[in-house]
Amino acid sequence: MNAPAPRPEDMPVRRITITIDGAEVSVPEGSTILTACDAAGKDTPTLCYGDTLTPKNACRVCMVELEGSRVLVPSCSRKVQPGMVVRTDSERVRHSRRLVLELLGSSVDLSTTPRIPEWMARYDADPDRYGPRAPESRGRDVHEPGEHHAGDGGVAATMAQPDKIDNDLYVREYDKCILCYKCVDACGSQWQNSFAIQVAGRGFDAQISTEYAVALPDSACVFCGNCVEVCPTGALSFKSEYDMRAAGTWDETRQTRTTTVCTYCGVGCNLSLHVQDNRIVKVTSPHDHDVGHGNLCIKGRFGFTHVHGREEEDGG
Amino acid sequence: MDLKFSDAEPSAAEREAIDRRLGGPGEGGWDGGARDEQDHRSARAGHAARSRRHLVLEALHAANDRVGWISPGALNYIGKRLSVSAADVYSVATFYALFSTHPRPKRIVHVCTDIACLARGSREICAGLETRLGPAGAMSGWKHSPCLGACERAPAALAVEAGDPPHEHLIGAATVDDIARALSAGPETLSAETPSAMAVPQAGNEGLMLLKRIGRVDPESIDDYLATEGYAGLRRAFEIGPGQVIAEVKAARLTGRGGAAFPAGVKWESTARQPATPRYLVCNADESEPGTFKDRVLLEGDPFALVESMTIAAYAIGAARGYIYLRGEYPRAYRMLRSAIDRARERGFLGANVLGTGWGFELEIRRGAGAYICGEETAIFNSIEGFRGEPRSKPPFPFEQGLFNKPTVVNNVETLCNVPLIMRIGAARYTRIGTEGSTGPKLFCASGNLVRPGVYEVPFGATLGELLDLAGGVPPGRSLQAVLLGGAAGVFVRADERDIPLTFEGVRAHNATLGSGVVMAFDDTVDLSGILLRIARFFRDESCGQCVPCRVGTVRQEEALLRILRDRHDVAAKDRDIRILRDVGLAMKDASICGLGQTAWSAVESAIDRLGALKESR
Amino acid sequence: MFWGSNAREAHPIFFHHALKAIHKGAKVYAVDPRRSKTAEWADTWLGLDVGTDVALAYGVGREIVHAGLVNAAFVANASIGFEDYVAACEPWTLEATARETGVPAELIRELAHDYARARRAQLCWTLGITEHHNGTDNVRALCNLALLTGQVGRWGAGLVPVRGQNNVQGGGDMGAIPRNLPGFQDVGNAEHRAKFERLWGVTMPPKYGLTLSEMMEAMDEGHLTSVYVIGENPVQSDADTTAVARRLRNLDHLVVQDIFLTKTASFADVVLPSTAAWCESEGTFTNSERRVQRVRKALEPPGSAKDDIEIMRLIAARLGHVWPIQSAEQIWDELRAVSPAHHGMSYRILEQRGGVQWPFPDENGPESPFLHGRLWETDPEKRGRAAPLGIVAHRLPVDKLDDDFPLRLTTGRRLTDYNTGVQSGGLNSPIRVGACVDISPEDMARLGLNEGEVVRVASRRGSVLAPARRDPGLRPGLLFMACNFPDEADVNALTIEANDPISKTAEFKATAVKVEKTNAPLPEQSADADTTDRERHGNALATANEEG
Repeated sequence: MNAPAPRPEDMPVRRITITIDGAEVSVPEGSTILTACDAAGKDTPTLCYGDTLTPKNACRVCMVELEGSRVLVPSCSRKVQPGMVVRTDSERVRHSRRLVLELLGSSVDLSTTPRIPEWMARYDADPDRYGPRAPESRGRDVHEPGEHHAGDGGVAATMAQPDKIDNDLYVREYDKCILCYKCVDACGSQWQNSFAIQVAGRGFDAQISTEYAVALPDSACVFCGNCVEVCPTGALSFKSEYDMRAAGTWDETRQTRTTTVCTYCGVGCNLSLHVQDNRIVKVTSPHDHDVGHGNLCIKGRFGFTHVHGREEEDGG
Repeated sequence: MDLKFSDAEPSAAEREAIDRRLGGPGEGGWDGGARDEQDHRSARAGHAARSRRHLVLEALHAANDRVGWISPGALNYIGKRLSVSAADVYSVATFYALFSTHPRPKRIVHVCTDIACLARGSREICAGLETRLGPAGAMSGWKHSPCLGACERAPAALAVEAGDPPHEHLIGAATVDDIARALSAGPETLSAETPSAMAVPQAGNEGLMLLKRIGRVDPESIDDYLATEGYAGLRRAFEIGPGQVIAEVKAARLTGRGGAAFPAGVKWESTARQPATPRYLVCNADESEPGTFKDRVLLEGDPFALVESMTIAAYAIGAARGYIYLRGEYPRAYRMLRSAIDRARERGFLGANVLGTGWGFELEIRRGAGAYICGEETAIFNSIEGFRGEPRSKPPFPFEQGLFNKPTVVNNVETLCNVPLIMRIGAARYTRIGTEGSTGPKLFCASGNLVRPGVYEVPFGATLGELLDLAGGVPPGRSLQAVLLGGAAGVFVRADERDIPLTFEGVRAHNATLGSGVVMAFDDTVDLSGILLRIARFFRDESCGQCVPCRVGTVRQEEALLRILRDRHDVAAKDRDIRILRDVGLAMKDASICGLGQTAWSAVESAIDRLGALKESR
Repeated sequence: MFWGSNAREAHPIFFHHALKAIHKGAKVYAVDPRRSKTAEWADTWLGLDVGTDVALAYGVGREIVHAGLVNAAFVANASIGFEDYVAACEPWTLEATARETGVPAELIRELAHDYARARRAQLCWTLGITEHHNGTDNVRALCNLALLTGQVGRWGAGLVPVRGQNNVQGGGDMGAIPRNLPGFQDVGNAEHRAKFERLWGVTMPPKYGLTLSEMMEAMDEGHLTSVYVIGENPVQSDADTTAVARRLRNLDHLVVQDIFLTKTASFADVVLPSTAAWCESEGTFTNSERRVQRVRKALEPPGSAKDDIEIMRLIAARLGHVWPIQSAEQIWDELRAVSPAHHGMSYRILEQRGGVQWPFPDENGPESPFLHGRLWETDPEKRGRAAPLGIVAHRLPVDKLDDDFPLRLTTGRRLTDYNTGVQSGGLNSPIRVGACVDISPEDMARLGLNEGEVVRVASRRGSVLAPARRDPGLRPGLLFMACNFPDEADVNALTIEANDPISKTAEFKATAVKVEKTNAPLPEQSADADTTDRERHGNALATANEEG
């Protein structure tokens, strides 16, 4: 017969000790090597890792050397086991990280990805050595898996393509997309469960897409913006930010960020209001908050315009 | 699920084809049928509805087979029937080369341009087709294809006509006329396919163990099978019990023949020990490694052998259900396997009560749809489950969380087909075949410029030279330039390396690999740099795109090779590009998620380092 | 179990938590007249007739009793009135319940068994339960099921009324309820009153105030002549809006304090522009799970808009009371001094923990992730008052169907819109459905309607024009309209002001209507639509009374 039982969170957790670059570090059982690296004060570059998502370990920039493993292992997803010996700055690790940065840098526009210049310098990455970048393609939404036109090697293939602007709320710049799957996972079973976007096509021709690449308003998108919240490169951005960047008025140094509570229902999602010149320019949500874990709905994410509407009334 | 679909509806033919595979929509309107009074008051969906996702690929096949492409209406209908979003179905459909998400003609010929065919005239075929039909592409009716697994008949082509039923015809050796006829008059007007025994030059020889029935029995007759020691292995397995079967397979030191060379018995034992149930058995019949066609030959010529093998394996590990993941380009193997499974079920060798033991086993075929990566041991799970065939991160390993996240054994066709033999003759006799480190008989796929290309069975231990001789060597008047061992993911060896023993330990000692048993010979007429470029193109085409090193690395590898071959005389530029090849290659090898990326540079690397290809200057 | 709750659309992030459980294998039942987006996620949807919730709950309860699935130890320990309950549910056999509710008997049986046997079951509801003339009875009927089975007071189990408004819980907690002082202290209780009298240095009248619907009655009767409305738009949000407008017009004096010049404000003698609480002021909101969270000022308010605290201070000054200028935190600390449930929640702790669930009397104490755990205590001292099984009567909706008004209209929210739409209306939603009337495919065919065709929906009180929209989630005879577009289609011109006797909530969910073809074009955006602003808090504030 049913009776009270403790919460799973209240169960005690064992600690595991591993060696990172010669020094021992202890973390709770079930932690990843990345968590252990953080605890050991190692700054590990990550791109596809998301603090609210199951690691996809697709970008391979966080790779470390694990004694006994034939290949490098992704620190973001590999769980610690007692006695692991990990190296984070060996020649193999540096080489892999450099190459991942070069391969992405030569094919994707990383200009709005945080920390890229720092990492490029740290790992001596030279994305330009693969040749001049291929110009914008209008065919990336056409998928013919198993086929490609190789050209003659004169230009380096890129993700370059026109921006997708099909609604007033957010914009997709897939030339900035590193295919980290975070938006797909946030839209899919990990959070929103709307399944409006997925990876379509295969290999280098893969692309985040709706069915038959239809415009977002015709897709299953519910405009929660939870994909924008997790995008690591700025490939997805709020229209407000996109327009201000285009106009040259986007200035994060002049922005404040205030966390408050959404006004639209009784669930109590936390909103971080990014304000520039006394106007809300975008809304994000704290990832470490128990109510929403960084997720919002369309109203919380985009429903702030009414507070500014009043100014216009005053003016008129 | 609150899924949203566009207004596009399936045509009657599409609906009928999909329903035939999925079963009718049943009662009620919530599952695609006619709305009735019950629907006004109740609906059942949820977990039960979502549990049918694994039928996505099958449903896509049904639509594609019937009308030749995946229309928005068909896609919506599949999504509604299986509770999968339109974007999800689309993402699966666009993963596979045999599907099209654009309208295209009902007749398509896939012309193999891969390395074995390239060595035997596919370039000339393509040139002829371009003149006759226009450039390759779905709209002109013919497409370039990776290896079709018919290398003994190179150059090969696969003609497909959508309809009810669809017609599929493997043409080889193909001519421009054949292909043009398949397009104009339909593949069914072509003369009958070459019998599969033609792929086995040893057919009928005494002493064959794995190939002994090829060409000697009717592959559709279970009585023929029973008359040739068929099902003796299973009876023996039932006598000794599951634990002893595993012990025997371990003692036989049966090693996986699919490429990874993992001990099968260990795999079985770790799976059988998992407390989680159900457990699954998956046969990897997605034979797509360029130059590999041994599994096709077994499946076409001796399909009951696989059915029996899987029954034994399932019995050993405690699986009640097995899946054969079969390459989509193997229509004849599909027909033979289906027939064998049906016959076996009729005669009580499959089903709820196998041979009256009270133990039940069901076997199902799942067709791939043109994706090399699905032969990867975890990508195969995703593909069967109705997801994109992307490899999973390991750990967890298949024995812990495999198909449907349950403990699973995945074995290659040839590996499994050794099991009845082990059961019949016992581990002690089995281990006397071959060498200490490589036990049993082994199939090799000899192709390229050889007089008698085909599948050869030899005991482990034969040398490369002996095998080449068995296949008649290179045509008279030509000399051997190089041999590719293990396929596109393998290693080139020099013509003077004939003494390499074709054993796991032997090739390892020579820094090579057996891979899937490919031995592809290139004579002096072949432009090896063209072969390298085709290999690079293959990996770029077949990369699933999940991880950066492989997705972009395979592109940069091909680009660098193109530059080197475009401008052979600029030494400085060539050095830079070879540096790029090495740098990218190492990153792919070290940091890719799966074996595809990890080996995508292997053949090119060996060509540079072993053959001195591309004439690296130092 | 989602019973009268379309959380997928109305509480999307709450539903994320449900989705997580679903992916871990949780089974979902949805009880709703419509197959809503929430119901589409359910393993089983039970489409009952509007207003038959009590009957269905009795049918489920009787099955639990007769199948021997009662958690007898819990019932004996924690509840009273079991025998009476057994007697009351006895007539509700599966067949009788199926006849009354329209739900197949087999599904009622399955629901009863699964709910009773589940290791942990949660029963969530929202306005589909409360916005009825017998909303309180509905709630009690559901509570009975949790008491019978012990699905309450344990981690992972429970009764979950999900709040519709950002701070409806907080409003009730703070005493914005006619009978309560802050922290659920009773106005009628001299001891409770004394605490506040000491703090404030005043004598408080021991009299309960009026609920919203009682105020409406008082206006009709003429003894309520002056009204001060804060952040509410009853002219559009309340049932039978024609009557509401008439009452406000007849007042001697109406003050409206809002962030917009709402339609209600257009009737006002004085309008006080205030700040948008969620982004232009400091303070706290309390969410559905009793979590008190900090609200922070991110923007300077426009023009002469003032913080609510400041407005009240200025009014007090005009009335001759000099109140000190106090920050939101100082006022909060004053509340903490008199409300034990909030005593431990300093701003520092609220910051640190990202919100705290009440009761939280001690800064260092544990939080209370669920309530009613005391019911499992065997020590009578710790257990406290037993929970009574409520004996309630099944009563059909007041607005009866007949030959003139044969269709049942129910109302609710849509994902992209909120209440009367004044805040969400500023959002340029690419997926807004807009004002329309959802009709079953069968009725669309029977009435000869095309998608988007404008129809007249008429009740005994009024009529509106709206485009028809086909919705297979509806059955013949059942219509749905969203409440979010009163300017385009004023749904509450149709609804009935039939109030629950305890919660005083009106029966928004059950209106008898007819649908007529018109050959009218789509209604133009009416001229006054852009000057009117709309808000709806009233009914939810009132439900806080009964739920809180």
